[in-house]
Amino acid sequence: MRVAAGYPGTPATEILQTLVRLDPDRRVYVEWSTNEKVALDLALGAAMGGARALAAMKHVGLNVAADTFMTAAYTGARAGLVIVSADDPGMHSSQNEQDNRLFARFARVPLLEPADSQEAHDFTLLAFELGERFDVPVLVRSTTRVSHARGVVRRAEVAAARAPRFERAPEKFVMLPGWARGRHRALLERLQALAAEVEESPLNRVELRDRRFGVVTSGIVYHYVREVLPEASVLKLGLSYPFPTRLVRRFAAEVERLLVVEELEPYLEADVRAAGVPVEGKAYFPRDGELSPDLVARGLERAGWPAPAPRPRHAAPATAGRPPVLCPGCPHVTPYLALRQMGAVVSGDIGCYTLAAMEPLRAMDTTVAMGSSIGMAAGLARSGGAAGPVVATIGDSTFLHAGLPALADAAYNGTRITVVILDNGTTAMTGGQAHPASGVTIRGDAAPALDLPALCRALGSGWVRVVDPYDLAGTRLALAEAVAQRGVSVVITNRPCVEMPVKVRDHPFAVDDAACTACQACMNLGCPSITWSDGWHTGRRKVQIDAATCTGCTVCAQTCAPGAIVPLAGWSGRA
Amino acid sequence: MSAGPSAARGNILLVGVGGQGVVLASAIVADVALRSGADVKQSEVHGMSQRGGMVSSHLRYGPAVASPLIEAGQADVVVATEWNEGLRALPYLRPGAPLVVNLHRVVPPGACRDRLAGRFGYPPLAVDALAREVGDVRACDALAIARRVGSPRALNSVLLGVLATLLPFPDAAWRAALAAHVPRGSAPANERAFEAGRALRWPEETWAQAAAAGPAPNGNEGLARGVPARLAVTEAWCKGRACGICVRACPERCLALDARDRLVVVRPEACTGCRLCELLCPDFAIAVQDACVEAR
Ligand SMILES: Cc1ncc(C[n+]2csc(CCOP(=O)(O)OP(=O)(O)O)c2C)c(N)n1
Ligand code: SF4
Ligand code: SF4
Ligand code: SF4
Ligand code: SF4
Repeated sequence: MRVAAGYPGTPATEILQTLVRLDPDRRVYVEWSTNEKVALDLALGAAMGGARALAAMKHVGLNVAADTFMTAAYTGARAGLVIVSADDPGMHSSQNEQDNRLFARFARVPLLEPADSQEAHDFTLLAFELGERFDVPVLVRSTTRVSHARGVVRRAEVAAARAPRFERAPEKFVMLPGWARGRHRALLERLQALAAEVEESPLNRVELRDRRFGVVTSGIVYHYVREVLPEASVLKLGLSYPFPTRLVRRFAAEVERLLVVEELEPYLEADVRAAGVPVEGKAYFPRDGELSPDLVARGLERAGWPAPAPRPRHAAPATAGRPPVLCPGCPHVTPYLALRQMGAVVSGDIGCYTLAAMEPLRAMDTTVAMGSSIGMAAGLARSGGAAGPVVATIGDSTFLHAGLPALADAAYNGTRITVVILDNGTTAMTGGQAHPASGVTIRGDAAPALDLPALCRALGSGWVRVVDPYDLAGTRLALAEAVAQRGVSVVITNRPCVEMPVKVRDHPFAVDDAACTACQACMNLGCPSITWSDGWHTGRRKVQIDAATCTGCTVCAQTCAPGAIVPLAGWSGRA
Repeated sequence: MSAGPSAARGNILLVGVGGQGVVLASAIVADVALRSGADVKQSEVHGMSQRGGMVSSHLRYGPAVASPLIEAGQADVVVATEWNEGLRALPYLRPGAPLVVNLHRVVPPGACRDRLAGRFGYPPLAVDALAREVGDVRACDALAIARRVGSPRALNSVLLGVLATLLPFPDAAWRAALAAHVPRGSAPANERAFEAGRALRWPEETWAQAAAAGPAPNGNEGLARGVPARLAVTEAWCKGRACGICVRACPERCLALDARDRLVVVRPEACTGCRLCELLCPDFAIAVQDACVEAR
């Protein structure tokens, strides 16, 4: 492989990061792209140029890249093009749990479903080879439990790739309608050829054991089935599009009863049925959320199959919930505090700052998809139904990902909204990846840093202001002035994320217990360094600050009317 | 791979809070199992952990491992780097199996939200009650022990030392795995912390800790009011929207200005009597009537 590109997103982020770690000699060109479509465009171009290329993204990233993806199936390339989609059943950290296996069927590209770390390695290599033989991009679909797993991996020798060479072939690479029609037919022909291949592929494995129980499955669920009903016969599908119809019929003939066990959509189930084989599946297993060995066992039980009974267990004691929260000193806090106090209608976006929708800030009214905040704010403003000023809030990485066209749109059409760009210098939510305004590349090399205020002016916003979010009064004033503007106004915050790329740790604060009137104003910031102490004041809990985690942002001190929050005495820097 | 207890199999669940190094600790144990000749699978959920959420890492080893997930009642040992997370993981522990738990508390802000009653939503450090339920509880203040041997950051190595006494792996594998994973400069401190954890005596240490824990900090036996305070507003003195200071300042978001620009208490049931509105009103338009007096 020569080229790899992607945009961060859980659980796909580690793919490119691991590649960088394992390739210190820089034999592969690796980049964080501004969004998934750019990443796929880059990979497709590289593959057309004759270099093996990979694009890695989370499941929703493929929606962004779908325009290229659907037509890349027509063009194919010269060298292997692999798209890795890391799905997130159960939505551990995603806005939806779409099943991207359907994308393979939609675009009609081969689909590989690794079940563990070793297969992730092996299948990726096979995907390049398969794609080159059939001149088609290949989708490798992983899920959180495969992506965020570790296991023993034996690395294979990779044969040296051919030297890349771009050969002109406009009939293949220029999708004018006339040429695209030909390529669509070519795709259908390639599928025919592939259909024969999948019937014989070693990736699709029949394991015959007890003939009473036949299970068709794929991915991580294979291991759950093995764990729960080891005696069952299994058809494990590693290459599941095109669907191996004849193989399934043969397997069905060997077993008494057939069940499909799969996560999310009844994807394999529909194909088995289409093959004319009587089968059951989603009647016993949930169609939403993640499966687990326990859920598989309960489903088998409902189907009337033997399954281990639930194990004896300790009762769950009362515990404190622990939802994710913004870090101590997170620069995203004050804009939301101010917006809530202004009664603004806040169109939110995706990033750490989405947590401002939760208690205690509770200052976000909508969040749907990356970059949607600005367009949706324009819609809310045009609806005439918003009681307060309409404000879009968007992170720097998200703004560059998909916010630029929407800002240009609002400025062009003179829509009265305020856009707050929460510029913390990084893509924090996914672990602090660089982006075009960060000034570094994925390999840590210096890069030109995009000038956000200049960019916003260039996109047509006549009013742009940079504020220090650690200055509560200043942030309030800037926002008040911004919402009074007639067209699009932009407020950009300028404090870095306190966690990455460097940890920001300043003089910590402490609470003067005698002065604290336990009013709880500071608690409304949601700063995790502030909790209740053992002290009381007229029936309310006093508070304390954990000096070990306080970053010294000063914001709580700005909210404390009696001035009870003061710099920690005797602090002498950190060990 | 060295020959070792390759027939051994086990399920180890490590839990804690984002930033505590749970995933690294789990990688060390996985390395130990690998060096001892076992197949290992590890699965972790840490999606939002950077933001102080919970982290769990499932680690299974044996001659061959299928599913990477440990199910309820299936963990042969649970190691918790934080008290509340140890309690949360309890249903995963096989009855009769040991729980290794750090007594350090990381109180989430959400545990301090019941402002009127002042009820603290974090479970008390009831070590003896836990020991009655679980049997084999190995509770220690790993942070204090790590500090004693020189580095608070080596806290997880203390717990790994405790874990080592429960697993069949050779000493050399532990040492090699520790050295391979911790930052080079901190290797000696981690080794000392590991030794300190391994030297703890059970159940003596747990009982000593139970005695030391004493009355739970942030107990709920307090001076909570339970009843809201009441506001008296002198409408003639209030400037309404032209000011609005009290509406912005109220920590409980009790106040609003209605369509006729009159101050209304929209959430009277939430008023804690903090007096911020009274203090900050420039026109003395608000008086807080509060029967609650401090009974100190
Ligand atoms: C289409 C899509 N790609 C990627 C993601 C994963 N993701 C969630 S938030 C985020 C970016 C957050 O960065 P930024 O906007 O700078 O906010 P921050 O987290 O730094 O506050 C990403 C990449 C996603 N949810 N959707
Ligand atoms: S990681 Fe950075 S941006 Fe995210 S909550 Fe923490 S400080 Fe804020
Ligand atoms: S100064 Fe206050 S708000 Fe800022 S991190 Fe410290 S305790 Fe939290
Ligand atoms: S804002 Fe000040 S007085 Fe009010 S609870 Fe916090 S520290 Fe105490
Ligand atoms: S006393 Fe005033 S500021 Fe305090 S909670 Fe009651 S209404 Fe709000």
